[in-house]
Amino acid sequence: MTAAAADKPKKLVIIDYSGELEKTWATMILASTAGAMEMETTVFVTFWGLQTFVKDKKRITGENWMQKMMSFMQRPGASHRKLSKMNFMGMGPWMMFKLAKKYNVAKPKDLLEMAMAMGVQFLPCQMTMDMFGLKREDLIEGMGEPVGAATALQLMTEADSTLFI
Amino acid sequence: MANLDIKLKVDASGLSCPLPILKATQGIKTVESGELVEVIATDPGSVKDFDAWAKATGNALVEQDSADGKFRFVLRRK
Repeated sequence: MTAAAADKPKKLVIIDYSGELEKTWATMILASTAGAMEMETTVFVTFWGLQTFVKDKKRITGENWMQKMMSFMQRPGASHRKLSKMNFMGMGPWMMFKLAKKYNVAKPKDLLEMAMAMGVQFLPCQMTMDMFGLKREDLIEGMGEPVGAATALQLMTEADSTLFI
Repeated sequence: MANLDIKLKVDASGLSCPLPILKATQGIKTVESGELVEVIATDPGSVKDFDAWAKATGNALVEQDSADGKFRFVLRRK
């Protein structure tokens, strides 16, 4: 056993802010691998990032017309992320998933499930839930209790590494 | 190649990063402390990645060799 491994586990915090496919992919690759490396990993999920954690089968979320309109304009769910560039009405993501399958690259949703199984903690941002009118039952199973910026900052000050994606 | 008592074989051939590491982790959790897991991968990046993974987790990388574009890792659970 190496000296480093004998010490207390390394801590990683990821702020999952963006909802785009390519950034979500990066978040899920790093979160799942950090879990595999036995790093104590927390992902604080906020703003557009939280759209990734809405159940795939949910089409419209929110309570008022603006929240509903927002979810209508950009479909929530881990399987429905768009590319920030070259989205081309879904052609871009379609090709990305084709390539991922050809080269045996795991999809963000699969990586998310593996990360959860490896003990990575995903914490939804309460403020984002309120603003988008998201309820706990709109979000996938296995997330932690909703928290706020102070909790995120506290985790960040204690972490060995922090990423804002 | 010594005669090792491999408890579990994980075939990660054809899989891209980070799947070889994730599959290995899932595999090693199913064996007891001190037991060996053999992983076969074709991702060239996995050579450095398994080294980093072993350093981070404290599981030992007992053997590593490669032949015909396949990379073989023998891991001992801590």
